[in-house]
This record gives sequence, C-alpha cells and structure tokens, in this order.
Amino acid sequence: MELAFTPEHEQFRRDVRSWIQGALPPDLKAKAEVDANFDMAESMRWHKILHQKGWVAPQWPSEYGGPGLDATRRFILTEELELAGTPPLSPFGLSMVGPLLMQFGSPAQKQRYLPKILAGEEVWCQGYSEPNAGSDLASLRTTAVKNGSGKYVVDGQKTWTTYAQYADWIFCLVRTDPSTAPGPGGKGKKQEGISFLLIDLKTPGVEVKPMLTLGGTPAFCETFFTGAEVPAENLVGPEGGGWTLAKALLGHERTLIAAVGQSRRVVRRLKRIAGAQVGADGRKLIEDPRVRSRIAGLEIKLRGLQMANYRSLAGAQLGKAPGPESSILKLRGSEILQQAFELAMDIMGPDSLTWFNEPGVVAPFEEWVPSAFCYTRATTIYGGSNEIQKNVIAKYILGLPAR
Amino acid sequence: MNFDLSSDQKLLVDTATSFAKKSSPVSRARKLRSDPLGFEPKMWKQMAELGWLGLCVPEADGGFGARFIDLALVLEQLGTTLVPEPILATCVLGGTALARAGSAEQRGRWLAPLAAGELHAALAWAERGGRYDPAGCAARAEKSAGGHRISGEKVWVQGGHAAQLFLVTARTAGRPGEASGVSLFAIDRDAPGVEVQPVETMDGRRAAMVRLGGVEVGADRMLGGEGTAAALVEDVLDAGAAAACAESSGMAQAVLAMTVDYLKTREQFGVKIGTFQTLQHRAVEMFVETELCRSHAIEASLRIDEGGADERRQAVSAAMVQLATGGRGVVRTAIQLHGGIGCTDEHDVGLYFKRMQALGALLGDEDHHLARFAALSQLPGEPL
Repeated sequence: MELAFTPEHEQFRRDVRSWIQGALPPDLKAKAEVDANFDMAESMRWHKILHQKGWVAPQWPSEYGGPGLDATRRFILTEELELAGTPPLSPFGLSMVGPLLMQFGSPAQKQRYLPKILAGEEVWCQGYSEPNAGSDLASLRTTAVKNGSGKYVVDGQKTWTTYAQYADWIFCLVRTDPSTAPGPGGKGKKQEGISFLLIDLKTPGVEVKPMLTLGGTPAFCETFFTGAEVPAENLVGPEGGGWTLAKALLGHERTLIAAVGQSRRVVRRLKRIAGAQVGADGRKLIEDPRVRSRIAGLEIKLRGLQMANYRSLAGAQLGKAPGPESSILKLRGSEILQQAFELAMDIMGPDSLTWFNEPGVVAPFEEWVPSAFCYTRATTIYGGSNEIQKNVIAKYILGLPAR
Repeated sequence: MNFDLSSDQKLLVDTATSFAKKSSPVSRARKLRSDPLGFEPKMWKQMAELGWLGLCVPEADGGFGARFIDLALVLEQLGTTLVPEPILATCVLGGTALARAGSAEQRGRWLAPLAAGELHAALAWAERGGRYDPAGCAARAEKSAGGHRISGEKVWVQGGHAAQLFLVTARTAGRPGEASGVSLFAIDRDAPGVEVQPVETMDGRRAAMVRLGGVEVGADRMLGGEGTAAALVEDVLDAGAAAACAESSGMAQAVLAMTVDYLKTREQFGVKIGTFQTLQHRAVEMFVETELCRSHAIEASLRIDEGGADERRQAVSAAMVQLATGGRGVVRTAIQLHGGIGCTDEHDVGLYFKRMQALGALLGDEDHHLARFAALSQLPGEPL
C-alpha cells in the first residue's frame, strides 16, 4: 500500500498542468478564474483544443483515437482539467454513446460516428427519460415502428434531453414492439420491446424545445417526435435488445459522477468567499470558528470521497472490476457537491440573493454561485436518482431480498 | 499509488482474520468483560509469537520495523470480533512513545520486553480538565537531588490497570495550556508514591486512574528532550487515533454484515424485513459509511509514517471525525434495525456500539478533531 504517485506520474501531472495553462485561451481562463458558467460554444472550442493535443477522450482505447494512457494518467488528466476549471465537455458523445458504440455498434457504425465525436464535429444528446418514464425508465412509450420502406417511424416525447438545442444527434431508447407497452393490454416484459436508436435531429418531425432549469439556464429540453423517419441502419444492437445497452450505459454513467475535482473547486471558491465576506463583528467569515468548522466538515467528507475514488482507481489500474467503494462515488459525490453550494450560499449571506447581475453588484467569483446552487439540485437525480442507486446497492451489493 | 496488499501484508491479514474468527470470537470479549484483567496473558503471549506486538518496534530494538499500516491491517481484523488484548494501549501508545522519545539505552531496556510480550507500558497523559490536549498537563516535575519529583493525577490511563511501567507527562516548566514545558518520564508501577486505581470503562474494558504523590525518579528516567513532550505525545496520540480508526473500520464491517444478515432472516408482516425499502436504504447508508471509515482509516494509517506532520494531523483528524459521525452512525443504525433485541446486553451489536463510542472518548471527539482539522485547513488563495 502506497499513497504517493510514482515520480513518472507526478511528472505527468506537472506536464498536464503547464500544458493547460498554455493552451486555455485567455477569455476562457478569465471565466475559469471566477468559476463563471461556460456556454456550449466555449465547451466546443475547448473540445477542439484538447482534441488537437490528443487528450479529449482519455478513457478511449487508442484503436479509436484515444491517447492510450494508463488508468492513473487518465485519472490525473481528468482531475487536472477539473481542478483548472476548464470548460466541461459534453459527456453524451465522449462518455456515453461513444463507449457504447465501441461495445455494441457495428463496424460501419463505429466508423461513421466515433471520429466525429472525437473531433467535436457532431454533438450528441441523450433521449432516455419521458414525462411518464423517469426512474421507471422501462415504462417508456416513444414508439419506433417499421414502415413499408423499412424505416423506423418514431412518435413520442423525450424529456430532460440536456443541451439538445446544440446537438446534432440524439441516442434514444424507443419501443420497437408496442405490444410490450405497460398498462392494459401490455404483453410480455416491458423491458423486452425496447431498442436503441440513433436519430439525426435534423430529421423532419423532430422538434426541440429548450426549458429553463432551476439555475436559470436553458440546459434542459423537451424533444418531440412526430412521424420522424429513421433509417434501419441507425439501430444499435439487436431489435428489442435496447435494455441491455441502457443498463450498460447507466452503470458507466454512475462512475462518472464522483465530481471530486469539481467539489474541490467549490470548496476553494467558498473559502475565497469566506475570505471576502465580513461578519457583523467586523471579522472576515473565514476567521469565524463556526464557519471554519462547517468548511472543515465538508472538506473531511470530500477527503473520504477522494480516498474512495483513489482506491477505486488503484483497483482499475490493476485491472480489477470496480469494488464496493466505487458504488458510493455517485451517491456521496452528488450530495457533497450540493452541500458545498449550500454552504457557499450561507457564507454569501445577503449577497446570495444575486441573480445574473452586472459585474460589480457582487464579487465576480460570487455571481454564479446562486445559479449553480440551484442547478446542482439535479446532481442527486440525474444518472439514476440516489434512491435508485440505493436500491441497486441494496440488491446487488448487500444482497437484500426483493419484495 | 497502490492500495493492494503486498504478500507480507496478505499473510498478516489472513493470520489476524483467522485468529479473530477461531481464537477470539465476540463471545470471548463478552466473557472477559467480567475479568479483572480484561484480557488473557496466554493470548498476549501468542500475539507476541505472531510478531504483532513488535511489528512497529524498530529492528534494532528487538522488533520487526514494519510500517504502521501493517499493524493497522491487523487491528482492523481484530476489530471485527472486538479482540480485547491491549495492543492499542501497550504497543501503539506505549511502544510508539518509547520508540520515538527513548534513548538507545531506554529503548533497549523497555522496548525489547514490550515486543516480547513481557512488559505493558501505559501512556499516562490525560488529566481532569485537560480534554484532548497534551499541553493541558498540570502534573508537576520538580527538580530534586537525584532527578525529578513528580506529583499529579492522570485519568483514564489505557492499559494502566495492567501496566508495569507508566510513561507520564509532567510539567518541568510553564502552565497548563502552554505547548512547551511538558516532559515525559518513565515511572515503575511499584515506585513509592504511585497509586493505581483500576477502573471499568463503558465498553467493558479496563483502565486506571493514577495518582503520583511526590514520586522520585532518576535522571535516566526522562524520555526525550526536557519540555518537548506535548508535541511528542500529540504525535503518539495520532498513531493511537489511526489505530482506533483501523479497529473501528473492522468493527463497522462486522456490524454491517451482522445487520444485513438479520435483515435477510428476520420476518415481520409475513415477509423478510430486508424487503422493506426504508430498511434497505438505511442499510445502504451503513454500507456507505463503512466504506468511508475504511478509506479514511487507510489514509490515516499510511500518513503515520509517510509525508509531513500537517498532512498526518489532518488525515488522522479527518478519520476521527469520520469515526465520530459515520462510524458511530453505523452502530447506532445497526441497533435500530435490530429492534428490541439490539437494545439488550445479550445481543452482540451493543458491544460494538459501546466500543465505537469509547474509542472517540479516548482519542478525541468530533469537536476536538474538527477544530484541529480546521486550524490546519488551507486558507483562501492557497493552491488546491
């Protein structure tokens, strides 16, 4: 057992850090400095810079254009990008449909889609949830039925299709066997009639309507399908086999959301705020033992998460399947990120009232806190709500009996 | 970075696991609650033969010179069945103090017998009113013709009821609360003026209250530099706290397994109670906190002999806060999920509950460690 990284890995960390400082354009660096929100255009600019360096998809194997880094280097790269506050990359192509196509796609599909995901030439979004299919995803009702010319005709509605307004493609779970739909007259298991379909958002009959989130930004969308015709070759995996793909992707998504680097940045930011905010006694809040104690409590939780993350990583480095410590990452990581923003709001006090104001109303590193605080309510819901995560742990790790 | 066990560590863990299961099930800890010694000398001897007592004693002093994590891995396994032998008191607190502060002559005199299982040395540092700060020491050591004359009272001395040697903090200068001026002395139990009152603790174990009434010690009895023992004892207590966290990690794992097993077998309303989602989610919380206890305990133990002092203090305090919050949460929830039977003395879950509580009371509660962590926490503008 060793805590230290090898000298080679430490050197890699220094290399990544100095490369980021040189490669991040000045306007993006200025936004990173105050933790402002990045828009999609900014994320895609950074995507292309990372792509040129070969680092845009650390997790991808080299045969698909990944950098072929070992698990520790992949982790260090990801962590340094998070710590530097670079624009977040859209995960839907790089982390979700990309790896899924590598596992389940045909050679033609891999060739058609993967290079464009890597280059940032095509942006993806996710079509899973529906108004009546959230945690109970298998109840989805969007149908895709083959017509006379062998195309799927898609009808229905997807929701929480994050950033669909900026996307070129959507990967969808659809019901190719409508007789399996839940409810009166439903036949067989509802999971069995589901398929995984790739849909070009420019297809006639597809309409995207952005929605404001709690954070006041148009991150969510509703996506409507009305007789949209999709070529049969856009089916991934066998018809009716979509549920297997969906589960594989959810399992993958869960390990993505520990957000340790992001939480560390929020802690750094709230200390900065506590160093700037002055209490009624004239002291800076960072000097108030109660505030320091609350920050310390959060830092301790974050350390535990980070150590669990390291243990999980060290296991991956040795080629082991994720151990029990991995399954807690999404659960606690999402809670800690929320708690960090909650504390930041408390430390801001009356200034936490600010909402998209001109520079100067509050400090620049404070302006985006209320929006992020509101938006992070979603972290314990997306990627499978934390209650669903607990059901999964209860069943698969603790082996507790089903009803 | 690597969290896999080496082949030596695997062997240690396997031996400790099998010792806990076969030689010292929880029923043994239960039985020894009513024993005046609280543990068995024949088991202590066996632990010496297994090499556990001298594991972290330097090779030059008759030990194995292993890293602290190796002993922590053993303690984690012994925690699973509440093995009552005082490794924490004698080897971690007493042994670390001797190894860190003792001269070559002093180490040769006391550490070798300690590693061989022939000597119990107890660290007597806590006093009434001093809480968890070794600088709170009020006991006095006055200069005398042959060395020092020591007076004062030490409380809740772990392993003190069985010790032949006390490692006692006393002030050669300064006032209680001042970091400098505290010195460490080795005092024989049978020295004139030493009064030992064995006491029971709430976890079914034993400790001692020790009164020192003008005990005369020679110059060869001072350990380490005069006036520097507060910092030394803080370091030693860090090792003790890391050991406590390792033990509690094993305890949490055992309690989780016990509780999940109960949820799978106990029936109410005609079904296994483990089918109820409310109870499932509480069990998952226990699981999460158990994993976090383990993560924190590993980091604290690795930091005992790896990296800087501030890093060590933060890692240890973080782990103790986790013990106080997550660890105690696990045993409290375990009682709740067991229902009425969990509230009886007859059921084992209560033994774990009490030990978890006692470990925090012995080595620093949540407020103490949260404040210590906060004082070392980086300020705004410092790098991540």
